Amino acid sequence: MRTIKTVTRSVLPLMIVASITACSSGKPQAGLSPQQLTDSLHLVLETDRTVYTKLIVNRLQNEEKVIKASEHWKEDKALVLPAQMFRAGAEMAREKGATFSYSLLSTWPINKQNAPKTDAEKTGLDYIAANKGKNYYTEETLGGKKYFTAVYADIAVAPACVTCHNGHKDTPKKDFKIGDVMGGVVIRYPLGS
Amino acid sequence: MADANRKRWWLAAGVVMLALTGYFSARLLGDDRRLFLPNATSHGHYQIELACDACHTPFSGVKQEACNQCHGEELAAVNDTHPRKKFDDPRNADRLTVLDARYCVTCHVEHQPERTRAMGVTQPDDFCFHCHADVATERPSHRNLAFDSCASAGCHNFHDNTALYEDFLAKHLHEPKLLAKPRVATRDLRPWIKAVSTKAYSHALTRAEADAPAPVVAKHLEEWAGTAHARSGVNCRECHSPVQPNGMRASWQDKPGATVCASCHEREQQGFQSGRHGMRLAQKLSPMRPELARQPMKADAHGRELSCTSCHGAHAFNTHRAAVDACLECHDDTHSRAYLDSAHARLWRAEIEGHGAAGSGVSCATCHLPRETLRDGDLKGVRVQHNQNANLRPNEKMIRAVCMSCHGLGFSIDALADPSLIARNFSGTPARHIESLDLAAARLKLPRKPKP
Repeated sequence: MRTIKTVTRSVLPLMIVASITACSSGKPQAGLSPQQLTDSLHLVLETDRTVYTKLIVNRLQNEEKVIKASEHWKEDKALVLPAQMFRAGAEMAREKGATFSYSLLSTWPINKQNAPKTDAEKTGLDYIAANKGKNYYTEETLGGKKYFTAVYADIAVAPACVTCHNGHKDTPKKDFKIGDVMGGVVIRYPLGS
Repeated sequence: MADANRKRWWLAAGVVMLALTGYFSARLLGDDRRLFLPNATSHGHYQIELACDACHTPFSGVKQEACNQCHGEELAAVNDTHPRKKFDDPRNADRLTVLDARYCVTCHVEHQPERTRAMGVTQPDDFCFHCHADVATERPSHRNLAFDSCASAGCHNFHDNTALYEDFLAKHLHEPKLLAKPRVATRDLRPWIKAVSTKAYSHALTRAEADAPAPVVAKHLEEWAGTAHARSGVNCRECHSPVQPNGMRASWQDKPGATVCASCHEREQQGFQSGRHGMRLAQKLSPMRPELARQPMKADAHGRELSCTSCHGAHAFNTHRAAVDACLECHDDTHSRAYLDSAHARLWRAEIEGHGAAGSGVSCATCHLPRETLRDGDLKGVRVQHNQNANLRPNEKMIRAVCMSCHGLGFSIDALADPSLIARNFSGTPARHIESLDLAAARLKLPRKPKP
């Protein structure tokens, strides 16, 4: 049976974050609940994502106008888009054998492969959009394996986010504003052996 | 009596078992392992089918690492559209039950000739449909397209879509059949050779400076003196008596092996050993010979062994010969036979005779051993890809790296989709038209000029 708990986003002690990030296999330290684990992971992911978006992409593309960010970054000799940066990290972590996984999904995805697919993803994205500041936690079974699944709101933090999404030819939504929930970060941690 | 019979029977059975074990072991450990081939091997692997361990790990089947060993780099280079990393997220678990795209062997099963089709694919042609059945919701233009036509109509590939994705099509929407300045890049090995030897290119050598021990064969001396080797300061002993890791020169070899070539041309050797000309050498098998090929080869080429010098010659290292004549000495298929009468060949002859601009000629090598602009740290230059199969299957791989040096994207796509035009070595115009550019233009509401 699924359990849904809602908590206000809280910052965990840096010690816990450090212990998680230092653990390349992604196994939680003794005493750390799956939720504490995913909250910690999300704290790091969200922070890095914000830093990249604000200090690199928004500054250099939107403010300084010295380089563009492009979906075809290699070909265009441009900056990697924040969403691509995030996905590349998720893929590299899995390649390195991480047991947890994370992805960036949206009800209004530019790439339709990033639309919610599982029930948990659909419910979670709806929940975080309707309940600002709250996260969504549940358990789900995928491919015969049980996962603790957490969904966190992904907020438009800089002009670069909204201008790019609103102007993209494949976007289903063209009226994002700064501070809007644009999608969600879904983090999964396998339960049981 | 019965006991004695039983004993004799057991003895005989033991002898037979021992003999069979010995026979099979000898065959397994020997060079001729044909006995263990379960069935015909695909066109991509038949040359190395007796090097079982190139793919198989004893008692563990075919590991993904074995595929990656030969194909990983090229897939990464073309930004593989369906890499493993896209599928190992748990959210794709449902898809994996239909088509486990994490493993090459899901779609490319070997030794299954009755169901192996183009590109060595053993899945039915509707494999795209399993995950992309809803494509028409985003692309209404795709509504009436056949569900097994995605990868067979010239529009999409499973792995390499570098010249076929929508934004690229849109960027090259209005290009003419022939570009204003049709040229291929000029080869430039210097940056890499200078990195290997600081002395390289410091002094062009003359005949009088050749350091071969007497008596020197006049023909060899003459041929060497006209080469880039002499011009860049590579003397006889650099190949025939090279400096070893201990700083001493090796004893003189009349016929140095390929490792000597690779000491400066390592990347070229890697390419050569990745394609069908040299893949047997990479597996420590005997060199490829034309009579082993599944493509039509000239009878008088049978028995020749492929190596660096089979195409380049031992002293002249004539790149003009290597680019056309060497190919046509062996290859005898319709496409190859049609080359000399093609527009490409006319341009090639004009260039090597001095009438055409540098880079305007089109040899066999122009398309099949293309020039690539490479970066390697601080090094940047144009080198020749010596894996002549790298851009061949599917042939759309050739569009960006080769065709678009001279032709517009639309024409290139159409030309490569017309097998009859390919057989005529591109004499004529494409009889097929692939709609990719039209569909991209319509979707993006961009004007589409009429086909030139």
